[in-house]
Amino acid sequence: MNLLGALFSALPGAIAQGLVWGIMAIGVYVTFRILDIADLTVDGSLATGGATCVMLIRLGLNPWLALLCAVASGVIAGLVTGLFITKCGIPPILAGILTQLSLYSINLRIMESKSNQAVSVDKYSLLASQRYVRDISIFNPLVLLTVMLLILMILLYLFFGTELGSAIRATGTNQNMARAQGINTKFNTVLGLMLSNGLVAMSGAILAQYQGSADVNMGRGAIVIGLAAVIIGEVLFGKVFRNFFLKMLAVVLGAVIYYIVLQIVLQLGLNTNDLKMLTAILVAIFLSIPYWKGMLDAKKAGAKKEVK
Amino acid sequence: MLQVNSIYKTFNPGTVNERVALNGLDLTLNDGDFVTVIGGNGAGKSTLLNAIAGTFPVDAGSIILDGTDLTGLAEHKRAKYLGRVFQDPMMGTAPTMQIVENLALAARRGDKRGLKWGITKDEYEKYHEMLKILELGLEDRMTTKVGLLSGGQRQALTLLMATLKKPQLLLLDEHTAALDPKTAAKVLEISDKVVKKNNLTTMMITHNMKDAINFGNRLIMVEDGKVVMDVSGEEKKKLTVAQLIEAFSNI
Repeated sequence: MNLLGALFSALPGAIAQGLVWGIMAIGVYVTFRILDIADLTVDGSLATGGATCVMLIRLGLNPWLALLCAVASGVIAGLVTGLFITKCGIPPILAGILTQLSLYSINLRIMESKSNQAVSVDKYSLLASQRYVRDISIFNPLVLLTVMLLILMILLYLFFGTELGSAIRATGTNQNMARAQGINTKFNTVLGLMLSNGLVAMSGAILAQYQGSADVNMGRGAIVIGLAAVIIGEVLFGKVFRNFFLKMLAVVLGAVIYYIVLQIVLQLGLNTNDLKMLTAILVAIFLSIPYWKGMLDAKKAGAKKEVK
Repeated sequence: MLQVNSIYKTFNPGTVNERVALNGLDLTLNDGDFVTVIGGNGAGKSTLLNAIAGTFPVDAGSIILDGTDLTGLAEHKRAKYLGRVFQDPMMGTAPTMQIVENLALAARRGDKRGLKWGITKDEYEKYHEMLKILELGLEDRMTTKVGLLSGGQRQALTLLMATLKKPQLLLLDEHTAALDPKTAAKVLEISDKVVKKNNLTTMMITHNMKDAINFGNRLIMVEDGKVVMDVSGEEKKKLTVAQLIEAFSNI
């Protein structure tokens, strides 16, 4: 009973974290599923978003403007990775790693050489704060996060229905076809990466406000959490959620479920240090399932033939 | 009119894998020409089509289409003038997108793609009518993902996409080679119909001598990166498979 009570009181926090990471996971979805690139830039750009936002708020900038600047910082990070891929011919995974590594130094510069910079909700009017997550009020971060996510998902849904958005989708699914139809695949790859990292940086900016500080390590393993959200969403809702808006919703729900499960295993006494490994194992298993299933199906088909 | 002026292309120059694919190839196509292209493996047929399409830059020479110099243009910029169907049915369509989305992408070939809707309402009706011409029942499956279609259906769709916006030159690169004989015949028949209806200037690579003779008004043979045979009109109509095979062995 005690356990359940503790879990229940931790639930709003888990949902809020899931929603914040949901924005990030949508960003990962854009690269991983639409562009068909595993972009590792996000581990850096998440922290860049957080650092940029926190430092600007500390300088007295309006939190919304600070958020906007954070998004811009992520967009630039995506641009750099995109140019590495399209102008320098560096393989996407490596391009992401290079940007991510250099962002570590850049993030320390942004945070004035400190690994952690606090932004207190007492001093600044933050957009979202952990403190109010159990309150029944308009300041509860769950309200803002839900509204923001809905707006973002609607905008992205509309965007990927435009000529430009369709061109990005075509680029991700078949570059040959895209070029034959006059689509500049390099431009669209860069654009997709910019969009994705803008979303990731936005998530980082809100996360930093939510937890009251930006940390240079806050993005470590972010790509894996993003992938976990994407995959959990697909496995649980993939059969039902077919249209693009619902697919994004599945990703967000995937992130929320990830954080709720995390809360449960933490309550059960799991060592926090083991979290990253568990997440990695989870993602590895879910990524393997389609492959194993394919092997199994092939075996079954083979067996059937032999019987005949 | 297409003018290909002594183009050269060497792959992997300076290595043990060096291969001269195009060796000063000259070719002029008149408007409305439907040229079948034959030649042995490695003769340079596909390289010629890819050079025109801009898959890679040529080492020397020029390619001019209706007065526009294509030689230095990027592949996606040349696409404005060209319709292409590839040998591999996987190559010409976007598998994760719907049939209607693929057509809408093709309808905007060469246009600037901005924030207007990717598909408009009237397009659905237009594409419905066009798909009927293929007689494959695709008009009733317009929101199906192209990845679920068979190779033949995809090639027919790619052909429709390549000609949706009238190209100044249609490039068919062995586009029926990967299909079973019946489907191949069907796709060929559709190709012929589309080409004739729109009076398209067309190049079609084929390994089938009979098709090479039966289709089009002109036939060229490519060997060692050059055009070694060029027959048209009445002379082409009189050609026999035996003559072509003999021409092959004489090279």
